[in-house]
Amino acid sequence: MNGEKTQVEDVHQEFYDFRFDESDFFKVDSGLTPEIISQISDEKKDPAWMREFRQHALEVYSRMKMPDWGPSVEGLNMDNIVTYVRPNTERMNTRWEDVPDDIKETFDRLGIPQAERTSLAGVGAQYDSELVYHNVREEVARAGVIYTDIESALHGPYADLIRERFMKLVPLTDHKFAALHGAVWSGGSFVYVPKGVHVDIPLQSYFRLNAPGAGQFEHTLIIVDEGAYLHFIEGCSAPKYNVANLHAGCVELFVGRNATLRYSTIENWSKNMYNLNTKRAKVEEGGKIEWVTGSFGSHISYLYPMSILAGRGSRSEFTGVTFAGAGQILDTGCKIVHAAPDTTSYVNTRSISKSGGENIFRSAVVVEKNAENSKSAVSCQSLMVDRISRSDTVPVMDVKTNRADIGHEARIGRISNDAVFYLMSRGVTEEEARALIVSGFADNVSKELPLEYAVEMNNLIRIEMKGVIG
Amino acid sequence: MDNNDLLAVEGLRVSAEEKEILRGIDLKIGKGETHVLMGPNGAGKSTLAGALMGDPRLTVTGGAARINGEDLLEMGVHERARAGLYMSFQNPVEVPGISLENFVRTALEQRSGEKVRPWAFHKEVLQVLKTLEMDESYAERDLNYGFSGGEKKKAEIFQLLLLKPSLAILDETDSGLDVDAVRTVSRGIEEFRKNQDASLLVITHNAAILEALHPDAVHILVDGRIVKNGGPELIGEIGRDGFAAYTGEEVHA
Ligand SMILES: Nc1ncnc2c1ncn2[C@@H]1O[C@H](COP(=O)(O)OP(=O)(O)O)[C@@H](O)[C@H]1O
Ligand SMILES: [Mg+2]
Repeated sequence: MNGEKTQVEDVHQEFYDFRFDESDFFKVDSGLTPEIISQISDEKKDPAWMREFRQHALEVYSRMKMPDWGPSVEGLNMDNIVTYVRPNTERMNTRWEDVPDDIKETFDRLGIPQAERTSLAGVGAQYDSELVYHNVREEVARAGVIYTDIESALHGPYADLIRERFMKLVPLTDHKFAALHGAVWSGGSFVYVPKGVHVDIPLQSYFRLNAPGAGQFEHTLIIVDEGAYLHFIEGCSAPKYNVANLHAGCVELFVGRNATLRYSTIENWSKNMYNLNTKRAKVEEGGKIEWVTGSFGSHISYLYPMSILAGRGSRSEFTGVTFAGAGQILDTGCKIVHAAPDTTSYVNTRSISKSGGENIFRSAVVVEKNAENSKSAVSCQSLMVDRISRSDTVPVMDVKTNRADIGHEARIGRISNDAVFYLMSRGVTEEEARALIVSGFADNVSKELPLEYAVEMNNLIRIEMKGVIG
Repeated sequence: MDNNDLLAVEGLRVSAEEKEILRGIDLKIGKGETHVLMGPNGAGKSTLAGALMGDPRLTVTGGAARINGEDLLEMGVHERARAGLYMSFQNPVEVPGISLENFVRTALEQRSGEKVRPWAFHKEVLQVLKTLEMDESYAERDLNYGFSGGEKKKAEIFQLLLLKPSLAILDETDSGLDVDAVRTVSRGIEEFRKNQDASLLVITHNAAILEALHPDAVHILVDGRIVKNGGPELIGEIGRDGFAAYTGEEVHA
């Protein structure tokens, strides 16, 4: 049993740990200088304003302090992080056949784009710093939906739309890694859904970090116009290297009047990743943002999607699962700003900690003075798989009106021996019984995901629970 | 040991929290036989069932138990199940996030190491639901989650009929059920007994169930010991006189 237990931390990534040499790839020197940033700009053919923006971001980055309020990021040596790695391909492809074989093979093994063939409206695949593949179904494109890489969008008819919004929701000064993102961002998606268009099937993007010691800084910008609907799914993974990898992406979502955006994420990073990602949504009158996230892997995560409920009657729903195993500290949560009357927010998160893993859940609910008749309900449940793991809840509430209804509930539990006995009495092993209970615990998220993704998440739980017995 | 014995229990002693509950149980159940276990509340009937299934809260302090000649007490809980043992729980645990049907399918796959063909299995599920007068939606509902007491009992019989164990211990599966539900549970038990080799140990006070069972043997358990072994005639006797005759003999310090 011992043998198997010590394997767990390494073995679990077996499905994802394949990788290819990146010998022919273009890479900038590690570390950050104005010259490197300018090299990225050249490489990306940035418009003038973006060249300036990057240089300014670098200054902000240099000025700002490392975060000192969460888990330590000391293991992250910024001089060793290669900021920009372009894979060996002519940038964007719209035909899967044109994607180079090694990259294609990587995605094939991850089930991309098989999923597209069956149930997606469109797919984008990012390999290291570049989007290598992009495709949208014809009928979706005909409805006027734009789904493209953000670099080409910067030169197209939507350039102004992007310029007006790029890093406006997440300002450079938000935190040091937001500034870093502004300086070195690369790849990511731009989506625009026109007024009244209801995209019935999800759009998907897939990020994969393949080069050792690399950083991935994709930028996702989505605009869902008045009365429109979109479900966007992002999947992320990275193989394991001995050098620390960094993910500092940025997601900016604009949800128009009476529009709905569902933003689902299943991420499974290697266990040496620093995941310092920033996601934010602004919701106009009567609109709704639905966050659905399953966070697996990474060494350290800082992740707090934020909803700004800017218009009257706008809503935010956040449903999340985090899984922390040995050597992992997942500092996650969400933030909601009620900035208009009649706004509602609903948060339902579950965290699972095992083998000494640590989950910290931070929720911040801010209710502005004008946000009368607003409602917020936050519920957070933690499951300890063993006695050496940890979980903390840090709720913050800042309510500036007394005409609001705010609730917070936190619960912590262990796997019940009765339940394990009951399931085993039907012939399943103890390991399976525990895995079933843990996947069941995570069903707040799996219920919300399309079937293939729910299955994928259950597989991740199964892999994580391998060798775990009481 | 008799070759025909499916279950053979000898001198079984069991404690819970340092307290001795079973004080030397002898019991043999042959292939295809139906046995009834009766006794006053607190006698240790559930403890016997639990000890055979491997309830981790119980400690076996002496004796032996074999299933098909194999040492039951050496086996893990799931191995006992795979060896053919089934126990219906008095209080089945609610497990959110996995449907009744998927759970049974997972269990079957784990037991056999082979994939179960979902469509064929689903047809069988529908058949069993019909037998138990359960709505089709039950198969999709989370395992016991939010089930009423009666629904939980039916779900136990549902699993029994799909898992097809060689020996089923039904621990007061009828308790707390209305007349109709008891009839349904009875029908489920009959269905299980259609297999010639299926053996049963039924723990119950329910006259209707007892009447329908026509057991091969009846055992009376009082204060941790089997005080009487007999045939169906014991059922009538207990029905008339209760356990007084046996508890009287069992007065101790
Ligand atoms: N887990 C346990 N811990 C402590 N005492 C127990 C436990 N299980 C059963 N007992 C005790 O053992 C005795 C027999 O219980 P049980 O087997 O449930 O009786 P029956 O099923 O015949 O009514 C009772 O006195 C009960 O309180
Ligand atoms: Mg009992």
